[in-house]
Amino acid sequence: MDLRSNLVYIIRLLQTSVKGKFLNLALKSNEMEKVDLILKEYKNACHDSLIPILQEIQEAEGFLSETAIVEVGNHLHLPTSKIYGVATFYNQFRFQPKGKYNIQVCRGTACHVLGSSTVLNELEKYLKIKAGQTSRDNLFSIEVVACIGACGLAPVIAINGEFHAKVTVDSLKEIVESYRNREELS
Amino acid sequence: MKLNIKINTKPVQAEKGEMILDVLERNGIKIPTLCYMKDKFPAGACRMCLVEHVNSGRLITSCSYPVEDGMELLSHSPRVINARKTIVELLLSNHPDDCLYCVRNKNCELQNLSDELDVRHRRITGVKNNHSIDYSGQSIVCDPDKCILCGRCVRVCEETIGVSAIDFILRGSKTIVAPAFNKGLNTSSCVNCGQCLMVCPTGAIAEKSHLSIVIEALQNPELTVVAQYAPAITVSIAEEFGLEPEKDMNGILNAALRKVGFNRVFDTSFTADLTIMEEATELIERITKNSDPIPMFTSCCPAWVKYVEEFWPEMLSNVSTCKSPQQMMGSIIKHYYSKIENIKPEKIFSVSLMPCTAKKFEAQREEMTQEGISDVDAVLTTRELGKLIRLYGIDFKNLEPEDTDSPLGTRSSAGKIFGATGGVMEAALRTAYSMITGNELEKLEFEEVRGLSGVKHSKIKIDSLELGVAVVNGLGNAASLLKEISEGRKDIHFVEVMSCPGGCIAGGGQHIGADKNSIYARIKALYEIDKNEALRVSHKNPQILELYQKFLGKPNGHLSHKLLHTCYKKRIVLL
Repeated sequence: MDLRSNLVYIIRLLQTSVKGKFLNLALKSNEMEKVDLILKEYKNACHDSLIPILQEIQEAEGFLSETAIVEVGNHLHLPTSKIYGVATFYNQFRFQPKGKYNIQVCRGTACHVLGSSTVLNELEKYLKIKAGQTSRDNLFSIEVVACIGACGLAPVIAINGEFHAKVTVDSLKEIVESYRNREELS
Repeated sequence: MKLNIKINTKPVQAEKGEMILDVLERNGIKIPTLCYMKDKFPAGACRMCLVEHVNSGRLITSCSYPVEDGMELLSHSPRVINARKTIVELLLSNHPDDCLYCVRNKNCELQNLSDELDVRHRRITGVKNNHSIDYSGQSIVCDPDKCILCGRCVRVCEETIGVSAIDFILRGSKTIVAPAFNKGLNTSSCVNCGQCLMVCPTGAIAEKSHLSIVIEALQNPELTVVAQYAPAITVSIAEEFGLEPEKDMNGILNAALRKVGFNRVFDTSFTADLTIMEEATELIERITKNSDPIPMFTSCCPAWVKYVEEFWPEMLSNVSTCKSPQQMMGSIIKHYYSKIENIKPEKIFSVSLMPCTAKKFEAQREEMTQEGISDVDAVLTTRELGKLIRLYGIDFKNLEPEDTDSPLGTRSSAGKIFGATGGVMEAALRTAYSMITGNELEKLEFEEVRGLSGVKHSKIKIDSLELGVAVVNGLGNAASLLKEISEGRKDIHFVEVMSCPGGCIAGGGQHIGADKNSIYARIKALYEIDKNEALRVSHKNPQILELYQKFLGKPNGHLSHKLLHTCYKKRIVLL
């Protein structure tokens, strides 16, 4: 790398980190209000309310942020390591906000038989994220679901509720690109 | 009520409520275990301790199954052995094959089990784990690939230490043990006590090794390499060489360290005496002048100090401002000894040999560096010390004892008993009594503060003052006492806290695999040294008096404050 590209790289890094900070701050205040409201509902709650609380936060926020988990820990007198352990045990919790387009990959029996694991692997490779994560441009996120009740269309994926039937490795890329194009047009 | 059961067709009597495992052990039958921890509620997770229940024809976990009348058990039937072997084979299926390079080679429970059960080839091939190693902590390195998920570290961190820095995250084959949000140990609430690695059956948790930098320094002719060893080291290093723990090895250790190439060898017990002079003075000042809040907490244990910084920051002013003996020795070596020997402080490489992993963290704290000169440059645990001695081909068993170097070598036995829980308290009381009354105690032993119970309370009458003291060992026992104190309990003046159960002699840097008996033996050895010693109080140590006379002035004086005291501040981590 020559000096100039180094410089450009550093400037870009600075820009993204500054932007990230502002986003984070804005997110924090707004989000904490919601979390506080939920925790108020559970004033005298003990440890067995942990999962309902996490579910409500996820409902309100779309995901469980670090600050929210720390807040819950303070409220219930539980170490964050324990809460994170419980939350990661269940598939229902996610730790990043969903992307603009949330891709649900069905891993039910019929889809599995017709190759949904390849679909998931290809999708993860193509978007360079794992299931449960969100792409860096916040456009796409992948979610694994057990069965979305469309076994006749297997293997099936659903993007923001729109179903895509009999997905193959090639069609998968086309589908993803069509959403990206849609974004660019708008 | 006695129950009659049959073990391997032989009739045996058992008590009601006993677990099968305990009965088997009492009858001389060894059952392999992995997740089992003595004195803790059984988990029954690893299934290694399976035995055959003849009455029902099932395999049951002996650690968590209570005996029943008329029970017939087979502890080593072909079916049992086959089941155990399969469990080990499954554990090995995704385990890295790097035993030769592993820090726990030759002292690994998984390795031993696979040997005992005669596993000779890989029958089950699984996908190898591929996690990154967590090097972020200053004391402890985690390699999740080697983890077999027995959960002993998680339980020790939660139940014994009361910190819960780590837990299982994710599920199924993806499960790993890690701090919250799978972040590094450095941002977690981990206090670096190392009790997790003491219970780890494999090399998944290990200390951050300082061996290579020490060896590099030893080979550098420009450096004067100075060693100090903790009181607990001399009664436990023998175990690293397969000897009994009862003996005090300080003379032999001195000889071994000189043979390795250390230029000077000092005993940290000397600065333990110094700590007592400073701490006792501070305690008396707090009580008589109300300078700082009471009770005063000891600050010798770096894990405890970090615990207060994280969990009880409002109580930091109760923690003694004294540095720990390790740091005091480091500071005295760099700022006093360097002067009398005419060596530049930056040309001294100060190594401390400690039974502790948290000391590695403490040595690199920014409070422990003055004008760019760190008090201690490297910290080796007892295990690393054993490795170093073996590496240099020193026959530990055939050495002539030698003396420590002067003038930082003479110690009283009060400094020596620092290694056991209650030791700091006992040593401080001996000196505080003399400082307040001007007389010596008739009986120097304080039996109430000795022993392994979690929290020990005692009242000591010194003139008109009735001093309330408490001794905590096992950090998990501290929380309830701290809560009482923060809620206004007033009858305690001085509290000693050691994070590891038993004190430093059972620290996270000690020999792995020692049982309770060797812990008792180490404690006994320390008190034996104390019993047979002529110099039993810190304030009569001639070299301590000389140090004050020639250099420091008086305890808690100006220079003491600069070199031997520090202050701690709130630490924000993921709790």
